[in-house]
Amino acid sequence: MAKVPKPNELVIDHRLPGTGWMDTPVVFRPGNFSYPGKAKNLQAVGLPNPREWSPTDEDWKLPPNWKQIILEGLRERLDKYRSLRLFMDICVRCGACADKCHFYLGSGDPKNMPVLRAELLRSVYRKDFTLAGKIMGKMAGARKLTEDVIKEWFMYFFQCTECRRCSLFCPYGIDTAEITIIGRELLNLIGCNIDWVVGPVANCYNNGNHLGIQPHAFKDMIEFFVDEIEAVNGIRVEPTFNRKGAEILFVTPSGDVFADPGTYTLMGYLMLFHEIGLDYTWSTYASEGGNFGLFTSHEMMKRLNAKMYAEAKRLGVKYIIGGECGHMWRVINQYMDTMNGPADFLEVPVSPITGTRFDNAQSTKMIHIVEFTADLIKNGKLKLDPSRNDNLIMTYHDSCNTSRGMGFLEEPRYVLKNVVNNFYEMPPNTIREQTFCCGSGSGLNNDEFMEMRMRGGLPRANAVQYVHDKHGVNAMSCICAIDRAVLTASMNYWVPDVTIYGIHELVGNALVMEGEQERTTDLRGEPLPGMEDAENEDI
Amino acid sequence: MGIRFSLAAVVALVLAVFLGIKAAGLTYFFGVCVPYAAILAFVGGVVYKVLKWRRSPVPFRIATTAGQQKSLPWIKQDRLENPVTKKEVVGRMLLEVFLFRSLFRNTKFQMDQGPKLYYQWEKWLWLAGLLFHYAFFIILVRHLRFFTNSLPFFVEPLERLDGFLQVGLPGVYITDALFIVAVTYLFIRRIVIPQMRYMSLPADYFPLLLLLTIGVTGIMTRYFTKVDLLKVKQLAMSLVTFNPIVPEGIGVIFFIHLFLVSILLAYFPFSKLMHAGGVFLSPTRNQPNDSRIVRHINPWNYPVKVHTYAEYEDHFREKMVEAGLPVEKELPAEATTPQAGKE
Repeated sequence: MAKVPKPNELVIDHRLPGTGWMDTPVVFRPGNFSYPGKAKNLQAVGLPNPREWSPTDEDWKLPPNWKQIILEGLRERLDKYRSLRLFMDICVRCGACADKCHFYLGSGDPKNMPVLRAELLRSVYRKDFTLAGKIMGKMAGARKLTEDVIKEWFMYFFQCTECRRCSLFCPYGIDTAEITIIGRELLNLIGCNIDWVVGPVANCYNNGNHLGIQPHAFKDMIEFFVDEIEAVNGIRVEPTFNRKGAEILFVTPSGDVFADPGTYTLMGYLMLFHEIGLDYTWSTYASEGGNFGLFTSHEMMKRLNAKMYAEAKRLGVKYIIGGECGHMWRVINQYMDTMNGPADFLEVPVSPITGTRFDNAQSTKMIHIVEFTADLIKNGKLKLDPSRNDNLIMTYHDSCNTSRGMGFLEEPRYVLKNVVNNFYEMPPNTIREQTFCCGSGSGLNNDEFMEMRMRGGLPRANAVQYVHDKHGVNAMSCICAIDRAVLTASMNYWVPDVTIYGIHELVGNALVMEGEQERTTDLRGEPLPGMEDAENEDI
Repeated sequence: MGIRFSLAAVVALVLAVFLGIKAAGLTYFFGVCVPYAAILAFVGGVVYKVLKWRRSPVPFRIATTAGQQKSLPWIKQDRLENPVTKKEVVGRMLLEVFLFRSLFRNTKFQMDQGPKLYYQWEKWLWLAGLLFHYAFFIILVRHLRFFTNSLPFFVEPLERLDGFLQVGLPGVYITDALFIVAVTYLFIRRIVIPQMRYMSLPADYFPLLLLLTIGVTGIMTRYFTKVDLLKVKQLAMSLVTFNPIVPEGIGVIFFIHLFLVSILLAYFPFSKLMHAGGVFLSPTRNQPNDSRIVRHINPWNYPVKVHTYAEYEDHFREKMVEAGLPVEKELPAEATTPQAGKE
């Protein structure tokens, strides 16, 4: 892994190269690319052309007919996706998207301007699919498909987090995420993908989750948090697994089971469900809310997502609740029902506590835990003591996917304002639908890519710095498992005084549970405000 | 390079028609054949393109949501930015098409030492874009005067409004000036802003230069090298009644104007100018965000290979049983016996 320069040593230069973008070759150097997918992971899910290779090699060991594969793949997708066909034709290069991309802002590399990222594909489209491109070549913005173009695609389609911020500003709604998704799909046809995506995909396919946690271990890990909760407030929650006949199936990203600080969020879920007496079950088979298939291909997304409905059907639950996750909710909101529905074996979700019917999920039959909790709070079903979070001066990071792929903006804020007393918004250009990506979404949260991740994380970090300086903000909450992991890293790098929380960790802290002992610490074992001395007595 | 190429192309076009009229006297060719061919190419091309787009299905609901979703009844939905019903989608599209809503969000970044990022007010692109399109539209409507004997009721009031400044004779139209200013701004912006210049293709400069030349020649026919507009009308009427006659003595400047307009029409369907049609079909804007409420159908949805629960349990059954996890099939008796023997 390359050493990441310190924040003050990081050179960010927005001056342009002397050569045009078509004549500027890509340079793979440590820190700007992710390691390629390992052959065994490709084989595990039957992806084509598995092999050992490296982006820094001259020869990428592409299959002999790679050109034909790509062009036929492109033709097929032009016929399948109106988005792609349209977005290949109608861009006017007005430049409105150019400086909206976190990777462009943080790297200064012009090919990270969304317009040029799309031109990487468009130029090939023009050459082989339009008359003007065939006749006029470069003058029509067309160029031949060569191995260098593939290298460029690999570089820049894996330097895009599919966050869709550019699409918000585009006068025609051209969505770079569509371009990147399909660009990656094409690369996958010739075995060019990254291990941080294919590895989790292989794990998820065979073991049920990205991290490859096997069923018994999954149960163990959750039970570990049961002990942790008991240590905090003396309450022993009793989660169940793969239980038939439960009313609700709960699915959350496996990051919450495995990695701090997501684990504290998971403790929050356990406490909440216990307190309201929810009849729910975990599944070890559908133990992944996230879906790195989205970062591979539409088909892989469908293959991984299929487990949720399949498991809900097998267990005979009424509906599904999903945990805090960004891209998981993009998939559930915009793809799941279409791909793997209809979920006619489930019922329209009704909160067993408040009786609220979630008509907004009447077809998918799957609701977001934050809308579920917001409804509980609105109906006064939870006893909350927000002062337990008083040592936190909080801001909120909207995840790209829930914001621009769903519009999930008020629900988390409502919950947040009920569980913390100090809350400040970041500047309007950086939140809600205009939110900046954490910098590491869409499978790019690997160590070897750290320098680019920190660059991409800069716009978000800058906004945090602003509220940190202005209001003394020392904590940021979010509803995304990838955010929880990677914002922790990017805050360490850019704004070290700020800690990352999931919303349900804060709910867990504030939740006054029946029969609980007086708490002296929060879920992390840190003393609660005013309990700094009590902590010592405990020891 | 792109600029020079585009400029050369426009100059060549102007020269071609100039020589064609002046030296070869091809008034019928440029006055009748070319416009008819151009109209044919335009209509045929647009229909072809739109049909081609429409042939590709929209497999998924991928609306870009730009506001609060429809959720719990006490949370206010942003109906125009995150539409759910058809009516709301129409509202969003109207804002997009008539007011360039998305472009209005535009900002400009600035980075200072630190590094520190700022996002500044930047509505000039939106303003110039809007002015250009509306000015162009009104100019087109004004041109109806040439193609019909009984003017539609709205043309004259529009002309009066457009010419209310009453500068000079004939009166100056505001839209003429706005058109030139806006197109010039869009062109200069492309050259002056380094990023714009870097991303621009010949296909970006060419239509701007073409439009600019069309505007300038149009203004010239009216104000400077005055063309006999009655004769122009005679030609236009003869074209729309499919009884083409080219009257003698129409100035060459008019033919340049007409030829460039013809080029624009013929070029339109095969270029980025088709954004005018494409914006209506854009799936991120014209779809409701209702895919949790109504199942969207993907016409090519196909079965995929999945890892079934049965396969999963077969693989992990022993570990699951050992961990006390419920299973569908208990461990086979024969399998347990030798294992017990091992222990």
